[in-house]
Amino acid sequence: MNPSFLHFSSITKKIWMAFLGLFLMIFLVVHLGINLCLLRNDGGAWFTAAAHFMGTNYIVKVFEIVLFAGFIFHILLGIILQVQNWMARPVRYLVSNKTYTPFLSKYMIYTGGIVLIFLIIHFMNFYFIKLGWVSNPNFTSEGEPNFFVIAQDLFASPAYSILYIFLFIVLGFHLNQAFQAAWQTLGVNHPQYNSCIGWFGTFYAIVVPLGFIIIPIYFLLTR
Amino acid sequence: MKLTLRIWRQRDAKSAGKFVTYSLDNISPNCSFLEMLDILNEQLIQKNEEPVVFDHDCREGICGMCSLYINGRPHGPDDAVTACQLHMRKFKDGDTIVIEPWRARPFPVIRDLMVDRSAFDKIIQEGGYISVNTGGAAEANNILAGKENSELAMDAAACIGCGACVAACKNASAMLFVSAKISQFALLPQGQIEAKQRVKKMVKMMDELGFGNCTNTYACEAECPKLISRSNIARMNREFICAKVI
Repeated sequence: MNPSFLHFSSITKKIWMAFLGLFLMIFLVVHLGINLCLLRNDGGAWFTAAAHFMGTNYIVKVFEIVLFAGFIFHILLGIILQVQNWMARPVRYLVSNKTYTPFLSKYMIYTGGIVLIFLIIHFMNFYFIKLGWVSNPNFTSEGEPNFFVIAQDLFASPAYSILYIFLFIVLGFHLNQAFQAAWQTLGVNHPQYNSCIGWFGTFYAIVVPLGFIIIPIYFLLTR
Repeated sequence: MKLTLRIWRQRDAKSAGKFVTYSLDNISPNCSFLEMLDILNEQLIQKNEEPVVFDHDCREGICGMCSLYINGRPHGPDDAVTACQLHMRKFKDGDTIVIEPWRARPFPVIRDLMVDRSAFDKIIQEGGYISVNTGGAAEANNILAGKENSELAMDAAACIGCGACVAACKNASAMLFVSAKISQFALLPQGQIEAKQRVKKMVKMMDELGFGNCTNTYACEAECPKLISRSNIARMNREFICAKVI
């Protein structure tokens, strides 16, 4: 890592954090679109076709590198900013702060950390299988990992499904604060648009995680 | 009113501090918070003890000197007031009140409840001004300024630099203060000439002094005695982006 990266100004770091966060939010919608194919009663044909497209299309492969860079920088910047924030107050108050702040806005690093744990589990279960780093007994007729069967097996476990649902609820809280915070950081704050941004952020933070949560519930109810 | 006070006592910047408990009786609910501390100090002096050191000056809420973190809130439990405007009627008889100094790395404790806020002066020295040639004052109406922007600039200029934003922020971020000082000039024609240089230099100094980063909890806005808006932080970010990109 270039040492100058650490010496970006506080605002530069935050602007990158906001850009990358919004970029990841767009990606999440694409991911949800693919995941919702699991709900079709076609033996996973649509989902497998979508997974095949995502795994073989060259444009997607280039985009994948951008996406990974986005994830890594978003996480790294989050950690750097948090460490700097902890260092800025070496002596804590005796009485914890009683100032009114938006719900969970003080805990973004913790909700982000929980999402990161999920991301690692998710990679172990899917992406690392695609890369061949984790062994897998389920293959399609074309010799590719059968992600439909892998997903079906995972969601058959109530423990995994409950963990999955919990993590998407946490992600929802993270996104609800993140969306409006990103626009504020990018300088978009105007009485005319603020309520729109707030409402859209809340709408997104409810609808997108809910879309993911429906899938394990569907598998649990239909198994 | 009968009160128990737990106050941070620290001999000097290098000494370790500790909380000391004091009891006070017969405090009028109409007395201001600083007057209550004055009464305590008179009693301490009569007992040949060291009085509690705390910052204060105008006692009218305009100088920004008072800097007390009272029961988990900068300037105490009232909204949009400084500690000097806080009255004892905001507390109940028998309450325990914990009084701490502002806590932030760039605001070291000098003694007891007094902190060194010269970090704010260093930020201002980097660009919190406009350069005007000396000579006869020009006709004021020669430079036109829109009413809306003039009012926003005045709102930003209401910042008294007390540091409550830093004290309230979980990250000890000074962005509300810096953004107010940038906005008051960025909104007016007189501030345009040095605008790019101003935002870059003031943000650089803010970072060098060790203030934390804003994580958009808006505790600063909630505790500001002068109701400085978070929209100033967005404006500072816009100014910063423009200064860096254009």
